[in-house]
Amino acid sequence: MPAYSTDISGTRYRFANVRAVLSAASPDRSGDRLAGLAATSDIERVAARLVLADMPLQVFREDMVIPYEDDEVTRLIVDGFDAQAFAPISHLTVGEFRNWLLDNGTSGELITSTCSALMPEMAAAVSKLMRNQDLIAVARKIEVVKTFRTTVGLPGRLSTRLQPNHPTDSPEGIAASMLDGLLLGSGDAVIGVNPASDSTARAGELLRLIDEFRVALEIPTQSCVLTHVTNTMELVESGAPVDLTFQSIAGTQAANRGFGIDLNILAEAQEATLSLRRNPSSDTVMYFETGQGSALSADAHHGVDQQTLEARAYAVARRFNPFLVNTVVGFIGPEYLFDGKQITRAALEDHFCGKLLGLPMGVDVCYTNHASADQDDMDTLLTVLAVAGVHFVMGVPGADDIMLNYQSTSFHDALYVRDVLSLKPAPEFETWLFDRALMGPDGRIARHSNQNLVNELIGRLPDGR
Amino acid sequence: MDDNKTPAQDIFERWRSITSARIGLMRSGQGISTRVMLEFQIAFAQARDAVHSRLDTAALANALGSDTIVTHSAAPDRIAYLMDPGLGRRLASDAVIAGDAFEAVIVVADGLSATAVQRHAPEIVHALRAHMSDWKIAPIVIAEQARVAIGDDIGSRFGADLVIVLIGERPGLSAADSVGAYLTWAPLVGRSDSERNCVSNIRHPGGLHPQIGAANIAWLAEAARGGRLTGIGLKDRFVGPAELESTTPPSIGDDPNAG
Repeated sequence: MPAYSTDISGTRYRFANVRAVLSAASPDRSGDRLAGLAATSDIERVAARLVLADMPLQVFREDMVIPYEDDEVTRLIVDGFDAQAFAPISHLTVGEFRNWLLDNGTSGELITSTCSALMPEMAAAVSKLMRNQDLIAVARKIEVVKTFRTTVGLPGRLSTRLQPNHPTDSPEGIAASMLDGLLLGSGDAVIGVNPASDSTARAGELLRLIDEFRVALEIPTQSCVLTHVTNTMELVESGAPVDLTFQSIAGTQAANRGFGIDLNILAEAQEATLSLRRNPSSDTVMYFETGQGSALSADAHHGVDQQTLEARAYAVARRFNPFLVNTVVGFIGPEYLFDGKQITRAALEDHFCGKLLGLPMGVDVCYTNHASADQDDMDTLLTVLAVAGVHFVMGVPGADDIMLNYQSTSFHDALYVRDVLSLKPAPEFETWLFDRALMGPDGRIARHSNQNLVNELIGRLPDGR
Repeated sequence: MDDNKTPAQDIFERWRSITSARIGLMRSGQGISTRVMLEFQIAFAQARDAVHSRLDTAALANALGSDTIVTHSAAPDRIAYLMDPGLGRRLASDAVIAGDAFEAVIVVADGLSATAVQRHAPEIVHALRAHMSDWKIAPIVIAEQARVAIGDDIGSRFGADLVIVLIGERPGLSAADSVGAYLTWAPLVGRSDSERNCVSNIRHPGGLHPQIGAANIAWLAEAARGGRLTGIGLKDRFVGPAELESTTPPSIGDDPNAG
């Protein structure tokens, strides 16, 4: 195993392997400290970045952060590597790769064609040499467009997942939040409920509730109940209206085992969901969620820093051609991302790495009450992510998720950021909002809702029957 | 304050007794009105304070009204607990827990809201005892600065088939007092989360009523005993009596639109 070193002001800094360089080069965060992987000083961190900048990208093909024989995610990454697509940048170092990504002559199309099968470790590596503005500037160039009933990821668009969770999965409670969201222009990425219960019967009921609503009102969107993939496969078998199959994923085989999944299960789920042909013209039916720290949380990190492992989760996602990927960045807690600064940095890294690896990236701009963050941090993060071209953010009534007990972005937050940056919802959904007079000619959500539609919506709700 | 009502908000009246979600908020431009914003800040401050609340173990033991054992995780204080979850998953090195072979152990842990278990654990435990009268249940263990996995350590020391951990969930804005219940068959240090079943959001008012929560837990316990497992291999098919579900409005921001 080669060792890596550099000298700064007469002191030599040595790193045993690629894994150690990546860990030490990562911006400071509590999760890497918890794992004992963080740089021990600011100067050691910069030393690691100097080493990383001079490291040829080819090194990542030789010195695996987790051995090929130990981990099916590594095997997926290595076996799926496209040397031909990579050829134009195969001679670069990580530092040169950053320059190449930022170069005015490097278009988004060129990045996409070159990086379609990039190793996630290469994406993580270059992100560690990028400032926040670099992460924004490059992500903004990259276009990843996916279509189910709506089209997400078009330039000048920002979509939302309507997240109408309820602590007892009350259909009436969920419907009320769904109604509020629709009236405020939310839900063009997906209407997605996190169920409180593991019950497949209840998940099926909720799916039917949303689907009947969608069909009756001709809402161009898709629905999802975010339950375990094995539950969703049962639902598919029972004929429930499953548009998208959800699963939380991570960047190591062992962490995925902690989630009760492996690549085979995901492949089976994808195949089963596609077989429903809910939208015959779309072959993208998966919805994944990720988040830095999940592998460490499952004690399955193999001594690799949490941001590199997060990028590896995107290689898992990429394999299954997802319609949506969402990094739930501030959900996991202060032991992984301590405060607003760390959450913001991680969100921009995740969004950049996901886009670089070809994914439709959404971000749950969020925090928990035991982290050191507040609404001001979220306003800033939402704004910079929208500038960076984020595919979608969450839409939660009043930013308060009453089931998962954390704060995400509200319906109003999405209206704010669309307004200040002149962003629109997905085109199909925009047309629906406009036709139903929920959106005015100025592109803003109407102050007074179309009363006929409101009455029609209410008539469709469980409590209004 | 300059808040004024819009016709749209009135349509949400009928749901305010069903959900504590912040629906039908008054708008100012694209954002929310001053009053609504400040009510959010009240709830946020209360949640932050709940995170740092401390379990009153003597009062809790008294309310549980039976044999109890008070123990502590390896986390010396709340900050250490928050920054290093591993400490909360292990018993303190001087903890003394051992006993005859019991079938089930119930652990009451503070988690991220001591307020939650202080308030609801006694009712859940009493109901569980009634539902699980054919189980040999160990003395109730009260664990401070504890996380879910501490039940693995405790359960295995009792040689128990099943451990049930009742724990304070991460406080949210509308609920700083939700209890989560985690069931683990054959508890052993190192069990993964996919080997557990969970019943969450147990609280009253506003969540899953403690009586129904206990019935659900007991259903899962019986199913776990039948299949000798918990986790993703055990599907929760409990059907609760819907009429007992809580329908009381939230205690915070009862009337978020009051101008």
